[in-house]
Amino acid sequence: MKTNTLYAIYILWLRQLKRYFRSKSRILGSLGQPILFLVALGFGLNSVFAASGQGNYIQFLAPGIIAMSILFTAIFSGIEIIWDRQFGFLKEVLVAPVSRFTIMFGRTLGGATVASLQGLLTLIIATVIGFRPDLWLVLPAIVFMILIALVFTALGTAIASTLEDMQGFQLIMNFVVMPVFFLSGSLFPLNTAPAVLQWIAIFNPLFYGVDGMRAVLIGASHFSAWTDATVLVCISAVFLGIGSWLFSKIRA
Amino acid sequence: MPENKSSISVKNLSKTYDHTFKAVDDISFEVPAGSIFAFLGPNGAGKTTTIKMLTTLVHPTSGSITIDGMDPTRDPHGVRQSFGIVFQDPSLDDELTAYENMFFHAGLYGVPRGETAAKIKDLLEFVELWDRKDNLVKTFSGGMKRRLEIARGLLHTPAVLFLDEPTTGLDPQTRNYIWTYIKKLNEERGLTVFFTTHYMEEAERSAKHVAIIDHGKIIASDTPANIIKSASAANLEDAFIKLTGRKIREEEAGSVDHLRTMARAWGRR
Repeated sequence: MKTNTLYAIYILWLRQLKRYFRSKSRILGSLGQPILFLVALGFGLNSVFAASGQGNYIQFLAPGIIAMSILFTAIFSGIEIIWDRQFGFLKEVLVAPVSRFTIMFGRTLGGATVASLQGLLTLIIATVIGFRPDLWLVLPAIVFMILIALVFTALGTAIASTLEDMQGFQLIMNFVVMPVFFLSGSLFPLNTAPAVLQWIAIFNPLFYGVDGMRAVLIGASHFSAWTDATVLVCISAVFLGIGSWLFSKIRA
Repeated sequence: MPENKSSISVKNLSKTYDHTFKAVDDISFEVPAGSIFAFLGPNGAGKTTTIKMLTTLVHPTSGSITIDGMDPTRDPHGVRQSFGIVFQDPSLDDELTAYENMFFHAGLYGVPRGETAAKIKDLLEFVELWDRKDNLVKTFSGGMKRRLEIARGLLHTPAVLFLDEPTTGLDPQTRNYIWTYIKKLNEERGLTVFFTTHYMEEAERSAKHVAIIDHGKIIASDTPANIIKSASAANLEDAFIKLTGRKIREEEAGSVDHLRTMARAWGRR
């Protein structure tokens, strides 16, 4: 039974990866946005940023954009459950002799892996554009990428479990994904921002992801990398719990 | 397989939604092991709700179910292991190949890994899809998808196969083809088959036993010949109309239909 559960988790993980690598156009397509942000904002605002004494904007921006591409991919792979549900594959999984938690967990791991890979690709592109991190610090940054991916895939799964169809999709984009991104300090330093924005960021999981990546990659952050990592681990545990509870309520 | 043993046994089964709507109202029936059983009824009569209860997807409000000696409410995993199902709507992963769909199913059902490859080959050859095993499912026709779903449903060697409208939307050639498979399975492997359909001639031709459900209640349950005789009808379709009336049952379009339209617009399928 135990090995069976592990194997089922592996199978569900593998499915997400196969789907990812098979859709080359989707991989390329979702790199377009980060490239645009890096080039347009990175070069466009660099001089303004430097003039206000904050240093190189691309150095500052790159961790935020990496986090953004992970956020988008992770939420989408969670949301994909709606497609699975309406186009049947979920039914196939739900009548299989596997617990709901196993299904949710395997799927979330798969989605999080995909989102992390997307983050890694963005990191590589960022270095091509002009981002210069300390090479050996990329490893701890990857830990933060994985944590961000886990948190938001679980969140996507949780949201998708409560939705009937894609009608609510626009709502999620405008009221969850975009605010999470813009209010995370990805694009601007929070320490010089109004107190309201700082307060909002404290409740934003992505803030800890971006902050953690900046802590290790460029050595400038609000909290220590350890604090950020601890908060992210806790949030991902909570989201996984809520996600699997909501997922267990799904009726096929 | 002995005929006297029941593969599916349903007693006083009911399902009430929101405390008011009785989707299934106190039904009882037996499906002998190794037989082909047709479960018929107009749209919204309670067919799908019944299948969902039999297959552990919906909890009954009251009554009891036994499948292959197990109770779906007490031992859902045991029951899930003992049946295969082909859903009314497609349930394949279009972005995967035929072989991958089979392989993933085997993994989820804990088919011994040493046997998986041979079993997949055997079943894909059985439904004549072995030469297409590495093609993505999205390139398959409706009939090929159905055949693949049947093969997949058999992969974990179930005792019962549920088929929810397995031939809807297929041309007569493909329907005929699929029925040949199902009968062969029933005869050669002693598989119990429980199916629903809107094509009455399929039930008349293939089923040993027919139950007709309407407004949540079973209104006839017998061999096709006896049902036709007692309704003094010319054929099963005639008997069905006599028993359930001529009024057309309207079904509201659910969110699935909306989504399908959207997905087509997005070019996903």
